[in-house]
Amino acid sequence: MSFLGLFLMVFLVVHLGINLCLLRSDGGEWFNAAAHFMGTNYVVKVFEVILLACFILHILLGIILQVQNWMSRPVRYEITNKTYTPFLSKYMIYTGSVVLIFLILHFMNFYFIKLGWVSNIHVSPEGEPNFYLIAQDLFIQPVYSIIYILLFIVLGFHLNHAFQSAWQTLGVNHPQYNTFITRFGTVYSIVVCLGFIFIPLYFLLIR
Amino acid sequence: MKLILKIWRQKNAKSQGKFVIYSLDNISPNCSFLEMLDILNEELIQKDEDPVVFDHDCREGICGMCSLYINGHPHGPDDAVTACQLHMRKFKDGDTIVIEPWRAKPFPVIKDLMVDRSAFDKIIQEGGYISVNTGGAAEANNILISKEASELAMDAAACIGCGACVAACKNASAMLFVSAKVSQFALLPQGKIEAKQRVKKMVKMMDKLGFGNCTNTYACEAECPKLISRSNIARMNREFMCAKII
Repeated sequence: MSFLGLFLMVFLVVHLGINLCLLRSDGGEWFNAAAHFMGTNYVVKVFEVILLACFILHILLGIILQVQNWMSRPVRYEITNKTYTPFLSKYMIYTGSVVLIFLILHFMNFYFIKLGWVSNIHVSPEGEPNFYLIAQDLFIQPVYSIIYILLFIVLGFHLNHAFQSAWQTLGVNHPQYNTFITRFGTVYSIVVCLGFIFIPLYFLLIR
Repeated sequence: MKLILKIWRQKNAKSQGKFVIYSLDNISPNCSFLEMLDILNEELIQKDEDPVVFDHDCREGICGMCSLYINGHPHGPDDAVTACQLHMRKFKDGDTIVIEPWRAKPFPVIKDLMVDRSAFDKIIQEGGYISVNTGGAAEANNILISKEASELAMDAAACIGCGACVAACKNASAMLFVSAKVSQFALLPQGKIEAKQRVKKMVKMMDKLGFGNCTNTYACEAECPKLISRSNIARMNREFMCAKII
């Protein structure tokens, strides 16, 4: 669970790097080239399978563990536990579920178009999608962009707890490094999520 | 002090329990929480009613018997103390105090506030020991142990097995308890010999008994009356992974 999560966090940085190409005023040349490379390179294709497996396993394990956790306390307390804990640490299954909804939406908007499962007007007769135009069409819609931004805020909360939690689960806990790990996780979640959030804001407000 | 007590009453393991409200007058703020319950029980006995059953033994915070979930906190609102070391001055005159038993599938209620914590014994039986041949006592200084390892092992061994970690955890996970018991041996040369077998068997039993999984909210550490650190959980995870892989 933790190892899969950390792998997905690395992927998110790669994804952000590609998405930031959308900010270039080149008519989507860089972004489409990056998308084409990701869709055709054999090494990337191997990683794509690994990545999908990681997503599915991470989600399945999360659900199984949560069901086990619910079953471990069949009779609830009258007074809800008042112990101080990091607020979002208690809601990982819920923030994760919101991210899963976003993931399905995201797959329908991009990945399934690439696979040819969903049609789009920006797919050439040869079957090559223009992802820049597809992304642009979505981001200029305020409703889509607001949902996108809200979902990335939720993902940020999920990642903030996930990073240090993953290292703890992998046995990495040392007084010398704990503060660094926690702060790195916070900085990572803020920077990555702000990076993703900036893109719809750019299409809505700046461009 | 005048207090309203809302206490979980349950005749036996199979019956349905319910909350019963009692009011108590003239409770000294210097009274311990268990003494306050003793006073209530005296009153109930005088009225020919069934006294409230709760676990207790040493009343010095070292035996781990008391197990009360008080106003949303295992062992009550005070930090780093067991319920027997909690004093009524932590409450205000006129307060309503809700007292519940530990809630977890592996800790079934026996009666009222008393729960069966033999699940912990079953985990200990799986490896919470070292095997030593009988014979003359060996020279203690033959095995050198660093100050740091010795201190950490003693800190882990401070766990009294009260179950507050399970009671506090939103998943009813026993990771803090098991990790403390694994750590106290894993840190010392005498415990390393059976370390791999110990961690695998204890974790397997913990899962089998139906304790939940750790999601690193650290409520266990926050409520532990003996301040057992979550670093023990990380150590147990390391031990477990190494035991499984190597």
